[in-house]
Amino acid sequence: MALRLPRIGTSQIVALGLILVANWIVSPQFFDIRLQDGRLFGSLIDVFNRGAPVALLSIGMVLVIAMRGIDLSVGAVMAICGAIAASLADSHSLPVVLAAALGAGLLCGLWNGLLVAVLGIQPIVATLILMVAGRGIAQLITEGRIVTFTSPDLAFLGGGSVLGLPTPVVLTLGMMALTLLLVRGTALGLMIEATGGNPRASALAGIGTRLITVAVYMWSGLCAALAGIVASADILGADANNAGLWLELDAILAVVIGGTSLFGGRFSILLAVVGAFIIQAMNTGILLSGFPPETNLVVKAVVVLAVLLAQSPRLGGHLAGLGVLFKRSKSGGRRS
Amino acid sequence: MNLRALLLASAVSGTLFSVGAQAADMTIGFSQIGSESGWRAAETTVSKAEAKKRNINFKIADAQQKQENQIKAIRSFVAQGVDAIFLAPVVATGWDSVLKEAKEAKIPVVLLDRDIDPAGKDLYLTAVTSDSVHEGKVAGEWLVKTAAGKPCNVVELQGTVGASVATNRKKGFEDGIAGASNVKIVRSQTGDFTRAKGKEVMESFIKAEGGGKNICAVYAHNDDMMVGAIQAMKEAGLKPGTEVLTVSIDAVPDIFKAMAAGEANATVELTPNMAGPAFDAVIAFKEKGTVPPKWIQTESKLYTQADNPMAVYEAKKDLGY
Repeated sequence: MALRLPRIGTSQIVALGLILVANWIVSPQFFDIRLQDGRLFGSLIDVFNRGAPVALLSIGMVLVIAMRGIDLSVGAVMAICGAIAASLADSHSLPVVLAAALGAGLLCGLWNGLLVAVLGIQPIVATLILMVAGRGIAQLITEGRIVTFTSPDLAFLGGGSVLGLPTPVVLTLGMMALTLLLVRGTALGLMIEATGGNPRASALAGIGTRLITVAVYMWSGLCAALAGIVASADILGADANNAGLWLELDAILAVVIGGTSLFGGRFSILLAVVGAFIIQAMNTGILLSGFPPETNLVVKAVVVLAVLLAQSPRLGGHLAGLGVLFKRSKSGGRRS
Repeated sequence: MNLRALLLASAVSGTLFSVGAQAADMTIGFSQIGSESGWRAAETTVSKAEAKKRNINFKIADAQQKQENQIKAIRSFVAQGVDAIFLAPVVATGWDSVLKEAKEAKIPVVLLDRDIDPAGKDLYLTAVTSDSVHEGKVAGEWLVKTAAGKPCNVVELQGTVGASVATNRKKGFEDGIAGASNVKIVRSQTGDFTRAKGKEVMESFIKAEGGGKNICAVYAHNDDMMVGAIQAMKEAGLKPGTEVLTVSIDAVPDIFKAMAAGEANATVELTPNMAGPAFDAVIAFKEKGTVPPKWIQTESKLYTQADNPMAVYEAKKDLGY
């Protein structure tokens, strides 16, 4: 499992660190952590807990993007799977609920994968179909209302804790470890990168590009399903209108912040997850800062711009050439 | 004319369906926006019930959030020669020509829940809407009364930035607490009208205000955000409803459940019964020629734990919220 972290992850780790420090400046109690009902409690924990759904989405999204694809449907898939989980929670046991919700996610991924790999539809269009239709499907499941449940088993997945860590964080780490094992522990990751780099050459070289494409979209669907379950479990209900709304864009942003190119090829799951936490650290910081809400998006845009500029090899080169004090040249590190 | 209306109604039954007794003495068509929210669904349910109460033949056309469908529906109501048309406009502008057609056919139009661009004021009989500034004010006044002179730091969960309802409910609340120097808003952020965001924002408010010890009350622009905020407070070991006062707006069923459990204090109702006053205005206009005022404001009723919340919950839960 070659993580390749130290050489190429510097700018992301530094960015996350800087944002956390900025949060500490606007809100001095940011790093305070205490135990509340056997669960760690503090703003830093919030960052990881609230960031979990986008982090989960980004785990699937990074694989799709590595294949030069894109999955716009993940937000809608979250809504569908959350709706299924919440509707079944009070009448069925947890394994049945999870199987149904995760199964629906896999099915959504299969649909996307078939459209892209078999029918050859552009990924952005193919997944746009489910992005639009999926929310409608979720609304049909909930009949347009917020379906609430009381099942403590499902609620545990959103509000519970394992050894003090919130369950969503544990699920995210578990999903990340599983994906890393599958992708980096076998040749699968190499095949995904090859398919993204040059699908024809890869096919000629004997890689089953179609099968891999379908499988990767299904994995993205599975991640989205898990994120949807977490989101529903968190508010003890399924809100089909709002669950996962626009989160596909945050997931894509997380992948891009993580240094994976939208043109496919090399990718880093770990850094995509770091990217997701960078986004959430920023959101939490804005909430803690007490700025008026009208400025939320502006602050967010400026920080994202700064993080992306820090990664730009060209800008890094210029800065280094000018001998500027910033050590950003290092952060253009993907060249090395 | 009634027979003609019924015949035509069956002709266009693909998009319309009629409700109410066959022997109705009045036929009213309602162009409803669609099912954009639970409140909207409740409005449709209540409208049907109110029509039945008055023995009115009531036809609802679901516009699926599209103005063109609403215009089509109004035209078909005019063609059917209904006695009045109710319109819940999806947008404020672009109604002039179709409302003129209704006016020429001498069919009064009543706007429900939302107003249209002021230029069209003579094109409709009256508008039945809630005053969202007033809703905020009722919430603010309740808090001032409940705080009873003690210092009270309020955190506010705003609706979507830029939405007129959010701006108005914020302004109304500020008006309501303006006279009381002991009540002040210490933090205000948007929770986008959703449970999930309401919970997330409340979590950070709690941390930013010393674990919630400095928070005396929460004001949310809608009940859904408050439901999320209540969860956040419980998870942080606070006791909403007793340690921290809550007041929100809309009166959706779930907030009554929270009130019954002692976890929420007050909500201001945005009544789904806009059709009731509209029916009364039309009947008075048709039978006695009474011209109603241009704006009929619906009541913004305050509910607290003293109002038997479980009974209200039971009454509201099947309305479609």
